[in-house]
Amino acid sequence: MHSLYSHLMRMLLVASFLSVTTSWADSYKGPLPPAVYTQECGSCHLAFPPNLLPKTSWQRVMNGLDKHYGSDASLDVATQNQIDTWLQAHGGQGKRAREEPPQDRITRSAWFERKHREVSGATFKRASIKSPANCTACHRDAAHGDFEEDRVRIPK
Amino acid sequence: MLSKFFTLLLFVTVNACAATPAELLAGYVSQSGQSANASKGETFFKANHGQDWQCTSCHGQSPTVGGRHASTDKAIEALAPAANPKRFTDNAKVEKWFRRNCKDVLARECTAAEKADVLAWLITLR
Repeated sequence: MHSLYSHLMRMLLVASFLSVTTSWADSYKGPLPPAVYTQECGSCHLAFPPNLLPKTSWQRVMNGLDKHYGSDASLDVATQNQIDTWLQAHGGQGKRAREEPPQDRITRSAWFERKHREVSGATFKRASIKSPANCTACHRDAAHGDFEEDRVRIPK
Repeated sequence: MLSKFFTLLLFVTVNACAATPAELLAGYVSQSGQSANASKGETFFKANHGQDWQCTSCHGQSPTVGGRHASTDKAIEALAPAANPKRFTDNAKVEKWFRRNCKDVLARECTAAEKADVLAWLITLR
């Protein structure tokens, strides 16, 4: 009886541990970016968490800011160096940064496509969403690193 | 010599610090050597200059309201100083955005006269 009880308790503990860790697995919990990162990168799009691309991809993105996915996003040298240094220190950590996606686009990563396989191309093109790069359209608190699946709300 | 240095220092400091839209406009007018024309600025802002995007693609038709980024859909706050007092108060920021956005919209940097015209028009909006 005692051993059954302790076995059950252990199972419960493992289950609750697993559910907690999986439910938080999609969020960014690394160090907060410096104000310059949020300010400069965040004026046109979400200041993406640095763990979503490997360091080599971030390096290429930072070296090509004058031709940044169809737009000139060039910075003065000092600002560029600050952001570059931060991305090289904190970028590319964890499982999302194991591959260099085509064109260094986060949205072309295998993990991204797998996570969004239930979202159709037409849904991404909705006027309320526009592009898979518009995280905040469905992940309301993406700016705070929150990408939890149970808080996703896909707008009409 | 020393007074020249201090005048230069003052100029640099003033440029690096907070400014008003009227001061920035005066700067562009003096750089271009001609007076600003608000109606030319409005036409320039609303025109297509041969590229995919024009000013209104992201800033919207009405600079007192604001717009959304053409590709990312991020909200862009109103550009007219009357609607958004933070606009045109930081020379470096203004120059950065003119440089980038003019390259997107015209495939070249804007002239001081073009910046003066657009800013003159934005200042008239209420």
